[in-house]
Formats: sequence, structure tokens, C-alpha cells
Amino acid sequence: MTLALPATEISAKLETQFPGSLVDSSGNTIVVKPESIFQIASFLKNTPGFDFDYLNFITAVDYNTYFEVVYYLVSLEHNHGLILKTRCTNRENPTVPSVVSLWNGANFQEREVYDLMGIKFEGHPNLKRIMLWEGFQGHPLRKDFKLQ
Amino acid sequence: MTFKTEPFVVNAGPQHPSTHGLFRMRFTLDGEVIQDVEPVFGYLHRGIEKLAEGLNYTQDIVFTDRMDYLTSMSNNQAYVLAVEKLAGIQVPERAEYLRVIMTELMRISSHLMTVGFLLNELGAFMTPLLYMFREREKILDLFEMVCGQRLTYNYLRIGGVSQDIPEEFLPALKRYIDSLPGFIAEYDQLLAENEILLMRTKNIGILKRETAINCSVSGPVLRASGVNWDIRKADPYSIYDRFDFDVPVGSVGDIYDRYRMRIEEMHQSIRIIKQAMAQMPSGEIQSKVPRVLRPPKGEAYGHIEAPKGELGFYLVSDGSTNPYRFHVRPSSFINLQVLRELMTGVKIADAIVIFGSIDICLGEVDR
Repeated sequence: MTLALPATEISAKLETQFPGSLVDSSGNTIVVKPESIFQIASFLKNTPGFDFDYLNFITAVDYNTYFEVVYYLVSLEHNHGLILKTRCTNRENPTVPSVVSLWNGANFQEREVYDLMGIKFEGHPNLKRIMLWEGFQGHPLRKDFKLQ
Repeated sequence: MTFKTEPFVVNAGPQHPSTHGLFRMRFTLDGEVIQDVEPVFGYLHRGIEKLAEGLNYTQDIVFTDRMDYLTSMSNNQAYVLAVEKLAGIQVPERAEYLRVIMTELMRISSHLMTVGFLLNELGAFMTPLLYMFREREKILDLFEMVCGQRLTYNYLRIGGVSQDIPEEFLPALKRYIDSLPGFIAEYDQLLAENEILLMRTKNIGILKRETAINCSVSGPVLRASGVNWDIRKADPYSIYDRFDFDVPVGSVGDIYDRYRMRIEEMHQSIRIIKQAMAQMPSGEIQSKVPRVLRPPKGEAYGHIEAPKGELGFYLVSDGSTNPYRFHVRPSSFINLQVLRELMTGVKIADAIVIFGSIDICLGEVDR
């Protein structure tokens, strides 16, 4: 059974390592500030005991007042998982650091989130639309994008 | 005298027989050798994730059928699993067994297609593929018997399945399951000892273990690279913890290993189906679920080992009848991440075979 790592245990470690970067933690979900997502992801990937070597998926949710970017991290070695989230309140220009340099599996998925949700991933090697064509107006998965 | 040379760009697709759909690869070539490849997606993008937000939970099952249309039953299973997690719904025993039988049949059918098309791409044009189609046809007949459909089954329901199997189903399934191992063995013998097949697949398109993990690859492609990771074992869903089966793991990670994985997995699926048939109890096939389902606020991720890799659904509920967010973790799309790693430096004739060995379905890549 993929063990859902208790967030309280990890958040205590993160709090000492990266003071002030934690927003919320409950169940097996940790919410961190967008500016520290790369450092925390890197810490979770490279710290023995966590070893989150496998990025299962990346997605984003539009909660009207903020965007939530969701990362599901898995360790194939220890068979445990963790949901890592970050929130962007800037609707005009939401920006999150890219994690492609940690997990190459993020490459197309970040492009998909950028294309459909309009979140920019800073440091992405090739951030352009993937499903829709260049020149398409808007980002369809946003709640204010109405279907015709 | 020196010749001036420059890289040459070739488009494979979007209309190309080897892409099994609409997909384009932009090759930059130096002679016959690939310097770079850029996949171009989106020709089949229908906006399923957005459309699903406009319909209720039960209606959304039909969208999942239309993602990877070669594995509709598995897609149904992943989606209803996520909804059941979200709403805390129990599934009756008999329905769980029916689901296992259907999804394992689906796996056999999908792997038959993969192997057939792989050989097609190797130049064994159509003959092996049509043998595979013949065997797949029998699975489709079984599905037709169960739910009246041959492609988009829409058989699984939230909390159960749409209908019980008819009386003649189990004998027909038994006849099929008994005949299948002989067919696979015969076929495997004809092909796996074929000199041309071995030369074109062994030690070509090697995917290293670390690259596979780093690129979030899943399913037979990941296991061919030597990673023992199968959601049915790692995070058992449904009733998979009750069955005795092995997870085949490759050692080299080349095209041949990926071919091997599919052949072995078909044998394992037969083992699971046999056990499921023997253990299946009688009883209810559908638990009591409100006609208009309103799961409590929250989120859930349900994932299964689909034939092509890990297929998952991340659902967010705001307490209404429709999902607030409907995200698919598409195995085909994410597996394509390794294209550049696999294809750079190989000859263009091998690129098509490598692409076939990853096994994707464009309906799921573009959604």
C-alpha cells in the first residue's frame, strides 16, 4: 500500500529547514509558498528517508481568488506519497518556479498547466502552449473562461 | 573538396500510419541520424477536462470511455475509483470481481494491439496484426455480451457496474481463457525467435532506469527498464490484494524488453481472471448511490494500473453535483516525455519502432 506520509511529520522538518515557507499542512497535504517550492521540492527529493524520486503528476485548480498548483510526489523506493501544493494569488500573472530540472517528467505537464490554466513556470526550458495553438486567446480551465 | 552540410527537418505526421492517430514528430536529421525530436500535440484535443466540469459525476463516465478508446473499461475503473474515494462509497463484492475480470480482459486486448502494431512498424505489415485482431475480436464479443458495446463500454458505474453478466458469459470466457495461452505461446515462438525481429529490437531504444523514473514513466515501459512498480501491487485498489500474480520486470530496457513485458503481462492477466472466476460470489452488483450524487467538499486521487501505465483521476468537489476540477493523469501523455531521450542519436527507421514500443493512444494524450 502506498503510504500517505503524515504531513505533520514532514512539516516540522520543513519548518526548521525553511522557516516561514509553510502555509498549511493537513492529512498528507502540505501547502508551501510559491517562491520556496523549488527548494522544498529539491529537499524532499534529495533527503534520505523521503527520497521522492518520482513526480506522479502536476495539475492546477482555479479557486477564483487564487490558483493552486498540485504536485503528487511518490518515492518508489519507500512506497510513500505526499501531495505538495502552492498557491498563487496574482491572477494577472501567476508565476511558480519550474521543477523540470529536478524531475524531467514535469516538462510536458508544466506546459499543459501553462496552456490550459495560464500559470507561468519560471525556468522552464520551453514554456509554450502544448494542446492549443499559439495565438489562442485565454486559458480554458480557468473558471472565468466560459464555454460557447 | 568539402561538402557543405546542414541539418534536415522532417515531419512525421500528423497523418502518419505509425502514429495511430494525429500526432506529429519534428525530426532534425543529420543524414539518417536523429539529432533532435520535438513532439507536437493537440490535434485531438477536445477539452474533456473542461467539458467534464459541466456535467455531473455519473455523466462524466462517458468522457473517460473516449480518452484511450482501446482501454475504455480501465478508464471507467480509474474514474469511478476516484469518485468512490471522494464520496466514500462501498462497492459490492460481485461488482469488484466483474470489474477485475473486465479490466484484465481489457489489458489483454490492449497488449494484443500493442504487439501487433509494433510488428507492423517493424515491417511485418498487417499479417501479425490481423492475427491479433482475431483474438481481440473474441474479447470484444465477450464485452458485447456483457454490455452491448464493442468500443465505448460505459459499463462501470459509481458504486458498481451497469448490469450483471448473462448466463452464457462465464462458459464463453472460460473457453476463451483456456485457448489464449496456446495462441500467445505460438505467436511468441514465431516472433521471438525471428532473427529480424531480434536484430531490430534488441539493444535498441534503451531506456535507463534512472531516466525512466526521472521522466515519470509508468506501466510496462517503466517495468521494462527494471523498476518493479505496479499499482496493483504497490497500492492495491479494488480487490487485487486477493490474487496471486507476478509482476514481470525487464533488465535491459530496450524495445525487446518492452515487447516481452506485454507478452508476460497477458499471461499474468489470464492467471488473475482464472482466480476471479473461481472466487466470484453471487449477490448485488450495485450499491445504493443517490441518483444525484453530491460528494462532500474535498479532493481525491484514484489511480489504477491501466494497460499503458498509471492512469489516475484527481477530482475536486465543492459539494455540488458536478466536479469542480476533473484532472486526468494520462499515462500515454506522460510516457511520451522520454521520446527525446530515446530517439536522439538513433536512425530514423528505429524511431518509428521506438515510438510503437512506448504504446500510446492519442485520445488519451490530447484528451
